Amino acid sequence: MAGKNSPKKIQIVQMEQISKYFQGIAANRNIDLTIRGGEILGLLGENGAGKTTLMNILYGLYRPDGGRILIDGEEVAFRSPRDAIRAGIGMVHQHFMLVQNHTVVENIALGDMEVPFFFPQRGMEQKLLQFQELYGLKVPPRAKVWQLSAGEQQRVEIVKALLRGADLLILDEPTSVLTPLESADLFAILRRMASEGHGVVIISHKLEEILDLCHRVVVLRKGEVVGEADTKDITKEELARMMVGRSVVFSFDWKPAPRGEVVLQVEGVTVRSDRGTVAVNQVDLTVHRREIVGIAGVAGNGQRELVEAITGLRKVESGKIQILGKDITNQSARVIHAEGVAHIPEERIRFGTVPNLLIYENAVLKRHHFAPFADVLFLDYEEIKSHAEDIVEHFTVAAPSIRVPMKHLSGGNIQKLIVGREVSAGPALLVASHPTYGLDVGATEYIRKQLLKRREEGEAVLLVSEDLEEILELSDRIAVMFEGRIMGILDRQEATIDQIGLLMGGVRG
Amino acid sequence: MVGLVASTLHRTIMAGTSLLLGTTGEILTERSGILNLGVEGMMNLGAVAGFIVTVRTGNVLWGIFAALLAGGTAAVFHGILTVYAKANQTVSGLALSMLGVGLAGVLGKPYIGHQLPVRLEQVELPLLSRIPFLGELIFHQDPLFYTGVVLAFGTWFFLRYTRSGIRIRSVGENPKASESQGVPVQRIRFLCTVGGGAFAGLAGAHVALSYSTSWTEGIVAGRGWIVVGLTIFSLWNPLRGMLGAFLFGGIFVTQYILQPIGVPPNLLAMLPYVATLLVLLMDGLRKDQRSLHAPAALGEPYSR
Repeated sequence: MAGKNSPKKIQIVQMEQISKYFQGIAANRNIDLTIRGGEILGLLGENGAGKTTLMNILYGLYRPDGGRILIDGEEVAFRSPRDAIRAGIGMVHQHFMLVQNHTVVENIALGDMEVPFFFPQRGMEQKLLQFQELYGLKVPPRAKVWQLSAGEQQRVEIVKALLRGADLLILDEPTSVLTPLESADLFAILRRMASEGHGVVIISHKLEEILDLCHRVVVLRKGEVVGEADTKDITKEELARMMVGRSVVFSFDWKPAPRGEVVLQVEGVTVRSDRGTVAVNQVDLTVHRREIVGIAGVAGNGQRELVEAITGLRKVESGKIQILGKDITNQSARVIHAEGVAHIPEERIRFGTVPNLLIYENAVLKRHHFAPFADVLFLDYEEIKSHAEDIVEHFTVAAPSIRVPMKHLSGGNIQKLIVGREVSAGPALLVASHPTYGLDVGATEYIRKQLLKRREEGEAVLLVSEDLEEILELSDRIAVMFEGRIMGILDRQEATIDQIGLLMGGVRG
Repeated sequence: MVGLVASTLHRTIMAGTSLLLGTTGEILTERSGILNLGVEGMMNLGAVAGFIVTVRTGNVLWGIFAALLAGGTAAVFHGILTVYAKANQTVSGLALSMLGVGLAGVLGKPYIGHQLPVRLEQVELPLLSRIPFLGELIFHQDPLFYTGVVLAFGTWFFLRYTRSGIRIRSVGENPKASESQGVPVQRIRFLCTVGGGAFAGLAGAHVALSYSTSWTEGIVAGRGWIVVGLTIFSLWNPLRGMLGAFLFGGIFVTQYILQPIGVPPNLLAMLPYVATLLVLLMDGLRKDQRSLHAPAALGEPYSR
């Protein structure tokens, strides 16, 4: 077994002609990939390009339908992650593989066979503390995982993999949940690991991140390798073209427009978090017709709670929320939706869709009980299906048919369907939470254009995003949240990244 | 008066023992993420197997062994169906309950009214049984009571402070995460299901070989369902399960005491279920959502 103390690390992993099919659809087709010890390899591609599938095969979660894997020249066949772990491969998944109700040490002890049988918590805690001194990766051993921030949870995952002797570490979209500062920490750790001979693979679709961190990049598109390069020899634009197969427009045609009447008025609203602390503190905010208001801020500063209060998913402790002059404070989500508030939620799979229902059923959620989709007793499936067909067509949702379960779509297509569903209801206000989070360049561009289109059509949009570029490109006004308060509202013309950055950090300019 | 209290408590412990054994087993099973509603059936099978084998061999130990085997075998079916074939756990469990009750009725028919040639004798633990009051109460019981207590403490310790315990709990909380750590999810769930079934068989043996000494139809009388309720009542903690088992055992005994005064026994028979509902309600009303101790993946079949 290749433990962390073994002198010889994995030198080279070769994946040859790997193919994998899901229900006849190729997720990977004849992929060749080489990973070397001591190098950071970027795996770049749009959503659904097959990056995660490929790495899940290497980690033993899936078995390939064709091809073979060689580690240091020897062929291996992994039947489960257990085999892969034994061979020295570790993986940090995009959605963390942690038991939320257990402590950090219990999570790390879970797969560790070297920890003592009795009282493994104690043994593991000692092991962890020793390891922390060595690597400087700090995690609180006795805290329950659900109490940790995303960055801390990710650190637990990395520690878990390293403690189990991973020579090759695979990270799936590691920065998607991190703050910029946490990302910088992570990169430092990964660079250090590579310099010590570990191999690192990072799956991402963030171009800057790949260029900044990786030595080499392999680009996947539709399950096939379409390009490979050393990062020092390639530009961001070239990479983007490889990834989507065409040049991407990175800036939008934003035209000034006179804003109209007030659509959303939030006055002195205070909201509590799940843990009972004040998450939104006396917030005032207005959104007008023909306007996009962006809310910037590091995750966890009350953005989510504010959105949930506006859309009726969370109780408002004090203050008042009005839509077109009508008080909707603490009304149900259904009433608020009927008043003209559409919502593109933060976690699109959990809150935006019902994965096991068919696409056409998902296309009318929230309106299924109204005409024209239903009369007093029955649903009108003809109407529902034609509505779904319209959305799929107008919002370019790539789906084999509207009769397949929602869960078979990729992230970008799920989001397009949600946007289509919400926009087609003709809302007065569209609340979009992290609408392009985790989406590839093509889908991101498309969704952003849709938001701008709402504005041009004279409607109001409230955009919450951690992507500053997105906020700056789309918003008329930018509100920055910090610890539950709005630190300042900037006009588009006067806003700069630096200024927003300061406000996000709680510094008033 | 002291005599009445002592004998009531003594009988409470006797009545609670089968509940204790069954609940400990069901906690083990459910902690791994498998819901076993077949406890009633498995207890019935354990009871009938234990009784017949004891009558035929004249040896209680063989009877107990047969009961373990009977409960375990029924659980093997539940395990294959729910863990490997990923059948609906509720349906499989209910079916096994009905099957077990029916089968026990058929197999036990010739034995109705038969007396056991030997019964499970109460054992006095040396020294300890001489402690005034408590000694007679706790240390003068049948071996299955001691087994039950040891198993409950043991299961508690095992789940909480051993490597295997962490794996079992993790499999019940998040099978995908466990699998990604190289933990054999299906195997652990299967073993916990079979183990829990064997405990249920043992619980049935206690009913047939110690609590009662002759065979009557429907001898288990819904104790398996109380076990299912108790598992929730205990919030999946074997120590709280022990407390609950003797609490509910007490309600069993009180039925007979209060009946002459005019309290309908059916009213008291409802109490365990009412108590379970109250616990669920109280837990549900708590602010912190994480306080629900049900294993997060309970009842969900797992496939990669």
